[in-house]
Amino acid sequence: MHIYLPIAEMSVNMFTLLAMGAAVGFISGMFGVGGGFLMTPLLIFLGIPPAIAVATQASQITASSVTGALGYWRRKALDFKLGGVLVAGGFVGTLLGVWFFNVMSRLGQLEFVIVVSYVTLFGIIGSLMLAESLKTMWATRRGVVPLSRRSGEHPWYLGLPWKMRFHRSKLYGSVIPIVTLAMLIGFAGAVLGIGGGFILVPALIYLFRIPAAVVVGTSLFQILFTMMAATLLHAFTNQSVDVVLAMLLIIGGVMGAQFGARAGQNLKGESFRLLLAILVLGVGIRFAIDLVVRPQEPFSLVTVGARP
Amino acid sequence: MTRTGPTRTATSRLLLAAAALAGLFASLAPAAAETLILSLSTHRVSITSTYTGSSIVVFGAIERDERTVARAAPYDVVITVRGPRRTTIVREKERVGPLWLNTSQRRFVDLPTYLAVLSSRPIDEIAGGAFLTRYRLGLGMQITTPGMEHLTSEEPFREALLRLKNDQRLFAEEPRGVTFLTPSIFRAPITLPAVAPTGNYDVEVALFVDGAQLARQTTNFEVVKTGFEQATVTLAHDHAIFYGLGVVTMAVLFGWLATIIFRRD
Repeated sequence: MHIYLPIAEMSVNMFTLLAMGAAVGFISGMFGVGGGFLMTPLLIFLGIPPAIAVATQASQITASSVTGALGYWRRKALDFKLGGVLVAGGFVGTLLGVWFFNVMSRLGQLEFVIVVSYVTLFGIIGSLMLAESLKTMWATRRGVVPLSRRSGEHPWYLGLPWKMRFHRSKLYGSVIPIVTLAMLIGFAGAVLGIGGGFILVPALIYLFRIPAAVVVGTSLFQILFTMMAATLLHAFTNQSVDVVLAMLLIIGGVMGAQFGARAGQNLKGESFRLLLAILVLGVGIRFAIDLVVRPQEPFSLVTVGARP
Repeated sequence: MTRTGPTRTATSRLLLAAAALAGLFASLAPAAAETLILSLSTHRVSITSTYTGSSIVVFGAIERDERTVARAAPYDVVITVRGPRRTTIVREKERVGPLWLNTSQRRFVDLPTYLAVLSSRPIDEIAGGAFLTRYRLGLGMQITTPGMEHLTSEEPFREALLRLKNDQRLFAEEPRGVTFLTPSIFRAPITLPAVAPTGNYDVEVALFVDGAQLARQTTNFEVVKTGFEQATVTLAHDHAIFYGLGVVTMAVLFGWLATIIFRRD
């Protein structure tokens, strides 16, 4: 059954979108990530204009992170103080990101920026994740216990000014690197239509040594608020949020996430990280192929001018 | 589901149009040459949530009287439909080092977003090359700026434009799209894909005999969003902040509902 998307001005198969939402929701529930990094590319490959895919996806991530964050809050696995600092940085990043998005859109370079960012960002993050998980797997297979750093050791960036203490996260250090990280995630999120959980969670664990118990809940808290801001700003500045598309993605996503979460419980930590790494790298490679391989159709059309 | 809607109304309108045309035949004042009388199955295509495109039928009658000269050859009809005009940019990807990037582009200013050329037989059989240019007939003619026909650097872009628009079914050439019901009454269905933009569409009908134009007549129809679709667009554009807040509220509500429905503790 086809349904007309009023903002995208196209007719799409409702069940295709619901199924896509459910499939991505399943994966996102399994890995505890928002799934934007899969959904936005899928929407673009489906023929939805990139601007509308990115802006609308922000609302889908809002919905999925509400579900996630509430769950972690009930289990008291959420550090509000750290979350607050992350949200503050995230807001600034989102603001800059939406501004950049609109400028690139006006220049007609948005699609190129999105493709190149996916290739570089996902290539780098995916490779890092893959290398890390392979190293851990190799080490555990040979029975070597990886050396955990002693708590006394402090990375230099935590020694910068404006120190704060986060009890729940067992962290004392400068807020500058934390806010910077949150800004970058907020920026990438607004431009690429991703929540950024798959970057934020490992960054909080490896760079700031936040205990695994609170890290996912806290990152979901940050993603929730930055994506709410991104949805609002996109709707306000470029009118690219399609409410019908958003609703379909949210419904599909919510359903899929429930089953994914159950499937995820039977997954071992290492294989879990390896799979996620392959997924992230795969998306990056898929975009890279578009850039490198001779296109079947070298020409493309863009219609400009005011909508009635 | 009202998918059968357009076809059903189309048939009933056909009868109505035929009746109306018959009336016109009797009442109109005498004229020397043929006159074209047109009627569209609808003047307004509404986009609803189940919209997957539409079809509009053009009905026409060729009016003759006692003083009209007898024609040895049968009539030919060419119908050109032009959608709202926008600027379309055609970009070409070329190899830059290892990458394929958009390097060159051509702008087609004020190009109809939708174009359909329907005729009773292939256009080049109806009129010769000089006539095609003179009367600006055929799909190729519609996208060529007068005087620029021989600019060879434009050629690949023009071809790409035709090809891509054809794939989207926004450009269509139907060499047998016009059917004569009687020697002087014809009908032609215009197919609109779902991506055809909203706005005003001009329908131009030209009548030929032996390669000479006898009459030319225009009419139009509009494609509009209605109900929920129109309300959504108005809200999103004119009250963007409320629209944004609405979408965010909906997202939060759905997310929260999910924790209640699927609660596992």
